[in-house]
Amino acid sequence: MITVKSLTKRYARTTAIDNISFEVQKGQIVGFLGPNGAGKTTTMRVLTCFIPPTAGTATVAGFDVLEHPLEVKKHIGYLPETPPLYPEMDTAHYLTFVGKLKGLSGDDLRRRVDYVCERCAIVDVKNKLLGKLSKGYRQRVGLAQAIIHNPDVLILDEPTAGLDPKQINETRDLIKSLAGDHTIILSTHILPEVEQTCEQVIIINKGKVVATDSVHNLQNRARGGESVLLEVAGRNGTLDSNSVQRKLEQVPGAGRVLMKESGGNRMIFEVESQKDRSIRGDVARAVVEAGWDLNELRPAAVSLEEVFLQLTATEKPTAVEEVLAKGAE
Amino acid sequence: MRNIWIIFRKELHSYFVSPIAYLLLTMFALIFGFFFWNALGMFIYYGMESQMRGQMFPPNLNEQVIRPLLSNASVIGLFFIPMITMRLFAEEKRSGTIELLATSPVRDVEVIVGKWLAALALYAGMLFFTALNFAFLFRYGNPDWKPLAIGYLGLLLQAGGLLAIGTFISTLTKNQIIAGAATFGVCLLLWVLEWVGGYETAGWARVLSYMSVVTHFESFAKGVLDSKDAIFYVTVIFLGLFFTTRSMESLRWRS
Repeated sequence: MITVKSLTKRYARTTAIDNISFEVQKGQIVGFLGPNGAGKTTTMRVLTCFIPPTAGTATVAGFDVLEHPLEVKKHIGYLPETPPLYPEMDTAHYLTFVGKLKGLSGDDLRRRVDYVCERCAIVDVKNKLLGKLSKGYRQRVGLAQAIIHNPDVLILDEPTAGLDPKQINETRDLIKSLAGDHTIILSTHILPEVEQTCEQVIIINKGKVVATDSVHNLQNRARGGESVLLEVAGRNGTLDSNSVQRKLEQVPGAGRVLMKESGGNRMIFEVESQKDRSIRGDVARAVVEAGWDLNELRPAAVSLEEVFLQLTATEKPTAVEEVLAKGAE
Repeated sequence: MRNIWIIFRKELHSYFVSPIAYLLLTMFALIFGFFFWNALGMFIYYGMESQMRGQMFPPNLNEQVIRPLLSNASVIGLFFIPMITMRLFAEEKRSGTIELLATSPVRDVEVIVGKWLAALALYAGMLFFTALNFAFLFRYGNPDWKPLAIGYLGLLLQAGGLLAIGTFISTLTKNQIIAGAATFGVCLLLWVLEWVGGYETAGWARVLSYMSVVTHFESFAKGVLDSKDAIFYVTVIFLGLFFTTRSMESLRWRS
């Protein structure tokens, strides 16, 4: 339904998206995940023909965004980050206007306006001015506006931003109920949202796609094969990293052992277990029996959050953190 | 065509649900009414005076009332046009609704022409109230209607040009006040450029004076349909709207 090939968008000084490629199949809900400023909105704006790409191609429903923008726009419903509402119009009038813009008319238009009002639960504000609506209603009118012409593709930019928890749940349920009829791309920087609503995730950071996978696979990647982080300290004198490494490798069930950090007589190791083996107890015993101190032992990478952070974190520890770490030694 | 009509209807609706349209209509009617009242007072005063002196020439309504009033209307219009156009695109850019228009299956030029026509329609509404004043002349006097009709055509053409410039300026900023002030400056400049022609006959002065929107209105005010003046206004309209489409396009590349 959507094919993006080596898409790049450069502004005067910055590169907002850098050579990204992905595909979205018909009927899927895809989460577009990334920290603020990662290039999510830019990508969506290119897909909706709001801005042209610098290089690369994007096709929606078989039409190229540069060559057939009018056709692409007919197949897309778009909810920008701030719903594009005219405060001086009432809900029904606004939806009628948008419907006409998207090419509906007559009975068809009236039916669709009634239908989307029903679907998005905005019947009770049908005759209210948009400028007087609460944030939750504004968002739902925005969503109603996006689906008014029953588009094949729905592009939603942070659809739950700024809503209260109850409204967030309602909006998510609404989006989920729209899947199937529509192919949906939604952007967010909130992880649970992706876990709850999406089937497929595209993680994007600093303008680059860092991972594309199903939510299920990503969670498995995170959970499959327990992996533990441990901090070992020598009792007297310095600690020999090789001997610790060897000791840990000998723990029954242990797989790869990685030294993550070492400073003086303290070291941090990551130990991966072989499939479906719990090794935490054995690791702890091995360390203590060797006469070292076990300062910390915790499971590593258990949630999508960890995967996300691993994929997107590029920042070095800050100066403050380094000072704190030194002080601790 | 259909899309232009949709945008036109929406834009006109926006004018009339906010106080702006009513304010502009009232102010324009009031100010023009005052001009009309003055012009008529002068006409009657001079008419009586010339009668007392026993002069033979009958006073002429077209020459002495309608013609100066049409010129006045064209200048009053210069002050109102920025207030009509300033919100057209600046407001859409500020509130983000421009994203809706730009991602709907309509062409930029349809949006622009729809908005410009709505602005022109509001101006035509303002002119309608001035026409009510002239109606009194037809009730109590016997002026010629043809010069008046040509005068109104001139007013519409002149406003069309300035509204197109205002529409263009409105695409350049998110701030209505800036759009309004800049448009006002340009309107004022296009009015006073004419003055150069009063004392200087060099080539550059003739060019400047030619660019003034007021110079080209004189023939219309006289009731003469001069094709070169009509073409001047039509050119300004086309240029204004053309620059607006370019500006919309560059908006996409920059935003």
